[in-house]
Amino acid sequence: MSSREYILNNIKKNLPSKSAELPETNIPHTYYKDKNEKFSTSLSSVGGNALWLKDQTVNEFVKENYKNLDVITSTCRAFTANTIDANQPNRPHPLEYVDLAVVDAEFAVAENGAVWVKNSDNRHRALYFLAKQLLIVVKKENIVDTMHEAYERIKFDESGYGTFISGPSKTADIEQSLVIGAHGPTAACVLFV
Amino acid sequence: MGHPEKAAEFIADDERMHWHDKALWFVRKKRDVAAHGLDEWEELRRVASEIKTHTISKLDHYLEEFEKNAKEKGLHVHWAKDAQEHNEIVLKLLLSRGAKKLVKSKSMLTEECHLNPFLEKNGIEVVDTDLGERIVQLRKEAPSHIVLPAIHLKKEDVGKTFEKFLKTEKDNCDPTYLTREARKHLREKFLNADASLTGVNFGIAETGGIVVCTNEGNADLGASLPSLHIASMGIEKIIPRLEDLSIFTRLLARSATGQPITSYTSHFHAPVENGEMHIIIVDNGRSNIIGNEDFVQSLNCIRCGACINTCPVYRRSGGHSYGYTIPGPIGSTLGASKDLRTNKTLPFACTLCASCSNVCPVKINLHNQLYKHRQSVVAAGLLDFKKHTALKIATWVMKHPALMDFSGKLARKIVPKLPRSILYSKANIWGKKRELPEFPKNSFKELYKARKK
Repeated sequence: MSSREYILNNIKKNLPSKSAELPETNIPHTYYKDKNEKFSTSLSSVGGNALWLKDQTVNEFVKENYKNLDVITSTCRAFTANTIDANQPNRPHPLEYVDLAVVDAEFAVAENGAVWVKNSDNRHRALYFLAKQLLIVVKKENIVDTMHEAYERIKFDESGYGTFISGPSKTADIEQSLVIGAHGPTAACVLFV
Repeated sequence: MGHPEKAAEFIADDERMHWHDKALWFVRKKRDVAAHGLDEWEELRRVASEIKTHTISKLDHYLEEFEKNAKEKGLHVHWAKDAQEHNEIVLKLLLSRGAKKLVKSKSMLTEECHLNPFLEKNGIEVVDTDLGERIVQLRKEAPSHIVLPAIHLKKEDVGKTFEKFLKTEKDNCDPTYLTREARKHLREKFLNADASLTGVNFGIAETGGIVVCTNEGNADLGASLPSLHIASMGIEKIIPRLEDLSIFTRLLARSATGQPITSYTSHFHAPVENGEMHIIIVDNGRSNIIGNEDFVQSLNCIRCGACINTCPVYRRSGGHSYGYTIPGPIGSTLGASKDLRTNKTLPFACTLCASCSNVCPVKINLHNQLYKHRQSVVAAGLLDFKKHTALKIATWVMKHPALMDFSGKLARKIVPKLPRSILYSKANIWGKKRELPEFPKNSFKELYKARKK
């Protein structure tokens, strides 16, 4: 007997006679009067920051706010001032030298400052974690209250990779002292356009 | 050594014991703030508990659905009935692809399987990449907590460890400095890895993918650089639907550390370009627990650690005192279910205060389970002789009201007159670190009768 059969048989043998019911997940939940404000406070509480673009292009914003960076790359269509093409290398390892990655997110979640990042135009998912700083671009209207609405917008009918990113990487493993910038980016800004 | 002996070693350093207690309570308080911030908190707990209970009651069905959907997405699925088989699958995958260097993110399952020593014996370099886990790995210790692996250590301890292994500045124990040095050290490990191994927070039956939650980004960095990604998953990690995550992602980090969500909640449904992704489904005793209605709820656990942070015994005895992979209330019940003889002291490492059950995001009846396990320990004849005899005498006295009254009277007369040397002698285990209350003149029964007159 294979281990697969062994495990499934042992589960079947031990199951209760009646299965319990699967509940609905759409429970009544919190709504925020001002989703933008909630998102902004949520994100700054986890070490990130949120900004709303005014009378500027993303290119201009980056030029003004990120000075003296050597390697800037992007998989975001709204940004074109790349110094290298992130999708060009066959392996992700050269992206280790990226100072700033400008990437797209589909939507933002007010309750926890997270953004949903799933972009098939982004060849190397390692980009999100290797870059020293992240600038995440989201459309202004794409913001939801909680994870309930967030998961209504997510599908995995096909294979792929997607992640909620909430702020820069961080750790508190040394005496509970919060240190921003563990293995991934040391800064993460969400820019609404 | 059982829990009491190892706990005695931990509390010998009184200052450190209180420091540890406070560190954990701080995390518990952050959890409270996060939980109280949502009006729907109790509703979330109810739904989470029901989803898990439902899933376990149809687990064979959901595991098969998961396997089918994962394979359709091009992921490889393996089944391991025990720790040894799991370890051998990992080794075979590595060797057959010529992989010598493995980067790992947090996985309590691989701790349970003792994967690291097995791989190292077979010539594989294994690097734990979660900062806390790397610290304890360098010190050749086990994690003392499932979410905060190095919570038992002070920054000075970490400074010394890094001084020795990472050649950091002498006596520099600034957490930011140490974290930056670890980042440099581990970046190099990530970039040179041949393969990665991650744990699994949730396996989604409906989509055949897995979700991994971290703050450091180490699971993602590991899984997105080398071409081989192995994910080890206990059978109980399955959830039926993608939408179930709307409930669990709201509960997990809030319960664990008081954060609204982890920095990264990553959904893996594909390998990297030209890569391979393998999921190993592991039983290792779990399917036996399903058949026991007293303990089946322990399989609902999402490993947030809230019960550990709140436990007054854990906070004052440290994770290593349990001697089981997972400490605290959840570890005590899982350990006792797995091997009652080895873990016979764990159900007693509990005051039955029920705080664990009250904070559990999936409403596991933890304290009831520990109470039940105690009865199994007694029934199996595994209770310590001294404790067993004392309890037997107490039971006998309490069953005879006249004798009980007489013993009480005698004790109230004699005990206050006894010298400390006798009263707190070695035979009185209860009196270690405890003071007897002042004895009243009359018993409650006597006072009650006098009042009635």
